[in-house]
Amino acid sequence: MNSEIKTSNEDLSVSDPFAAAFVEEDVRGRSLWVDAWHRLRKNRAAVVSGVIMAFMLLLVVFGPMVLPWEADFTDWDNTSTPPSLETAHWFGTDAVGRDILVRTLEGGRISLLVGLVATLVSLVIGVTYGAVAGYYGGLTDRVMMRIVDIVYALPFMFFVILLMVVFGRHIILIFVAIGAVNWLDMARIVRGQTLSLKNTEFVEAARACGVTHNSIIRRHIIPNLLGVVIVYVTLTIPQVILVESFLSFLGLGVQEPMSSWGALVNDGAQDMESAPWTLVFPATFLTVTLYCFNYIGDGMRDALDPKDHL
Amino acid sequence: MALLRVSNLEVDFDTPEGLVKAVNGMNFEVAEGETLAIVGESGSGKSQMVLSFMGLLAENGHARGEALFHDKDLLKMNPRDLNRIRGKHIAMIFQDPMTSLNPFLTIEKQMAEVVMHHQGLGREEARSHAVEMLRAVRIPDPEERIKQYPHEYSGGMRQRVMIAIGLLCEPELLIADEPSTALDVTVQAQIIELVSELRKQTHMALILITHDLAAVAEIADRIVVMYAGEAVETGSVDDIFYRPQHPYTRGLLASVPRLDRESDDELQAIPGNPPNLLDLPVGCRFRDRCVEAVEQCRQRPPLWVTQDGRSSRCVLPVEGGEILEEPAAVEQTA
Amino acid sequence: MRQEGLLRHATTRLLGLVPTLLILITIAFFLIRMAPGGPFDGEKVLPPEIRANLDANYHLDEPLLQQYFRYLGQIITGDFGPSFQYKDWTVNELIAQGFPVSATIGGLAMLLAFVLGTLIGTLAALRQNSAVDYSVMGVAMLGISIPNFVVAPLLILVVAVYAGWLPAGGWDWSWQRMVLPVITLALPVIAYIARLTRGSMIEVLHSNYIRTARAKGLPELLVIRRHALKPAILPVISYMGPATAALITGSVVIERIYSIPGLGSYFVQGALNRDYTLVMGVVVFYGVVIVVLNFIVDLLYAWLNPRIRYDVT
Repeated sequence: MNSEIKTSNEDLSVSDPFAAAFVEEDVRGRSLWVDAWHRLRKNRAAVVSGVIMAFMLLLVVFGPMVLPWEADFTDWDNTSTPPSLETAHWFGTDAVGRDILVRTLEGGRISLLVGLVATLVSLVIGVTYGAVAGYYGGLTDRVMMRIVDIVYALPFMFFVILLMVVFGRHIILIFVAIGAVNWLDMARIVRGQTLSLKNTEFVEAARACGVTHNSIIRRHIIPNLLGVVIVYVTLTIPQVILVESFLSFLGLGVQEPMSSWGALVNDGAQDMESAPWTLVFPATFLTVTLYCFNYIGDGMRDALDPKDHL
Repeated sequence: MALLRVSNLEVDFDTPEGLVKAVNGMNFEVAEGETLAIVGESGSGKSQMVLSFMGLLAENGHARGEALFHDKDLLKMNPRDLNRIRGKHIAMIFQDPMTSLNPFLTIEKQMAEVVMHHQGLGREEARSHAVEMLRAVRIPDPEERIKQYPHEYSGGMRQRVMIAIGLLCEPELLIADEPSTALDVTVQAQIIELVSELRKQTHMALILITHDLAAVAEIADRIVVMYAGEAVETGSVDDIFYRPQHPYTRGLLASVPRLDRESDDELQAIPGNPPNLLDLPVGCRFRDRCVEAVEQCRQRPPLWVTQDGRSSRCVLPVEGGEILEEPAAVEQTA
Repeated sequence: MRQEGLLRHATTRLLGLVPTLLILITIAFFLIRMAPGGPFDGEKVLPPEIRANLDANYHLDEPLLQQYFRYLGQIITGDFGPSFQYKDWTVNELIAQGFPVSATIGGLAMLLAFVLGTLIGTLAALRQNSAVDYSVMGVAMLGISIPNFVVAPLLILVVAVYAGWLPAGGWDWSWQRMVLPVITLALPVIAYIARLTRGSMIEVLHSNYIRTARAKGLPELLVIRRHALKPAILPVISYMGPATAALITGSVVIERIYSIPGLGSYFVQGALNRDYTLVMGVVVFYGVVIVVLNFIVDLLYAWLNPRIRYDVT
């Protein structure tokens, strides 16, 4: 698709040569990473989101160890009780008396784990594919990118569902299935970056010294892709978490006794009229996480790659 | 009587790095039918100055002072009143013709809308008027070419279209902001010549902004030399070229190739850079680059003015001039 | 000349769709045949002769490659075969029944998203860095982040259960039953389009040709409408393709929550019951829909953008 118009959220006006000239001059001295870090720290939404996510991570990892309930413990004296301090079920319980707080935190473990691992899978596939296509160029590149174009046009969610149906609902498969259909963006971006990096002097110098293709890709191309890759990793994580919860919501994701935020939202939606808290708490955790990751991703992109907004 | 009188005009920009002072107390006049050239290095604030009273500054820009057009202050005008003047009584053409036309609209639409809006012409009338104007700026086959989009025009042709758009309503004042800078050298002269010729036919006034002193020698009546956001010298073309007062003007002239000079005379660029607009020096702003700088230049230099409208801001006296503004020991530019 | 170019462009693009669809069908076909267990490995074990009969009936006893080409041949004639699960129904009949419902919701959602999204994005761009801008963009980010299946139950809870203004679900083609599903489906797309429009509008408003338009003395509203809107909306047009895919995907979960008998519901049912032909049918059908809509969007983009030339070499 043609997109000649690049969108940009830059606050500095383009038609203001003075401001632009001065900003540019000042930036030149600092290194890319230091500069990016400064810009990220100035982005209040991203910083707040980062703090919240760090807190969320601690909560999800250590919370279930500290809390007095097991995730699958059924407290028959307290079924469908609203949140209360007295019963020590702070988020209430579901229809069979399971503690919503512990279940939400343990569900969060799965959701975040899927987010990280599936992103890693898509990262490995995407970076390898894109770097190879961009580095070799020519016919190889054309064929490889044509394949990406074709797969891009397919309704990918349906394929994830197909994969889940075909191969069963094992958690490892969820990682692979989601990762396997989510690498296209990464491949495209990495390919573009590689193409532009390929002809820079230091790569040419390496090639002149007789360094092999493989180690040029490994030692020179990949490290220089780090910036874009970090940006897209932060943007892919919430997407992946969303896909997983989508599957779990449809009953195609993780299986009992394991649970994830999507599965919990599904459970909660069944009982929401009598026990809305079973819906509200996992839904809030899920939404807050996605919200924060999106802001962090946005901030990263602005910080590392201020030109290319989309 | 002055058509446009600009006094004490200041323009600054809020940037993340601080307040950039682009224009600091500009004063000049344009008479009816006169051609005024404003000359200065890039970054001297000449473009931002005209953009300011055209109401076209970026959002982070602010203008203060006065810009009286027919005794009405453009700077204090509400958008509606300003729009009755822009495009109708004052037209402007810009530096970069490649990006100054809307790539999504045909030339016809972009021309017709001006007269339809300002003169209430119908679509057909507007169209034939636009065709005539394209003919006047020597676009071949205007009836056909008017249906095309900007990308089907070359850079020089686009600038001709820009000029045609500017002249549609027969404005009293045309402002041309480096109209030829972005073009091929061969086309540059044609464009300047075209503007000058059309000006003579229509008797409008012209403000020509340029960094190229040589380019305006033939067509300007008067010249304002700008440096670091202020006018350092003003005078007729002959005054500026043959009797330059300000060391900066002399420096500029030394960097211009001229026919009336010995060929073995070397061209000299002025050493050094203009001052940082974020942190302007107290005293003369040209001091650090000036070969004639003296201790007194640490003060704000006096402004000399003569009867016939010359002026110079420098400690060096102007023959037959008097001091309008005394030198000031401590100067707050804010 | 331009018309001719556009036509040629269209033809080339149309031919390019063939391999895409072929790959789509191939992947789906072999993927589903890799599945352990078939549609008749259900609750009770069937006697062998009945099983053989059934297999023969559905050509499951043929070599895989033969089945594949048989299926390809079928699809070219527009026949998706009988459903394994819904006896007496062909997949075509199920699609014919479900798609109008899904298309109505999806179409309305797309319309709503386009109109509201561009409007909100433009307003935010015009008030750039103001409180309005920040809050609108904050809400838009929330719109992108909050999943459909969270919004839907919450809306049902508040609007249907507590307030009782609208029915909680079901389908009878009345507008009352369309409101909630359409809003839920449109929400993330509205948010995305708003962000997209804001970004491109800000960039366009800073462009030189907008400065020219202002220098002409045109009123600001006219400058925006005539000079800025079209270029600012182009990225949104490009996004319409992916947006369609997002809406179709979203409809799967929306239809389930609101108990709407659309194509998405059939798909999920089919997937859970290993109804090969139905799942294949829906995937292929939606694949065609997405590919065709992408094609239309591509043409629309080319038609709107005079700078695109069709130099077919």
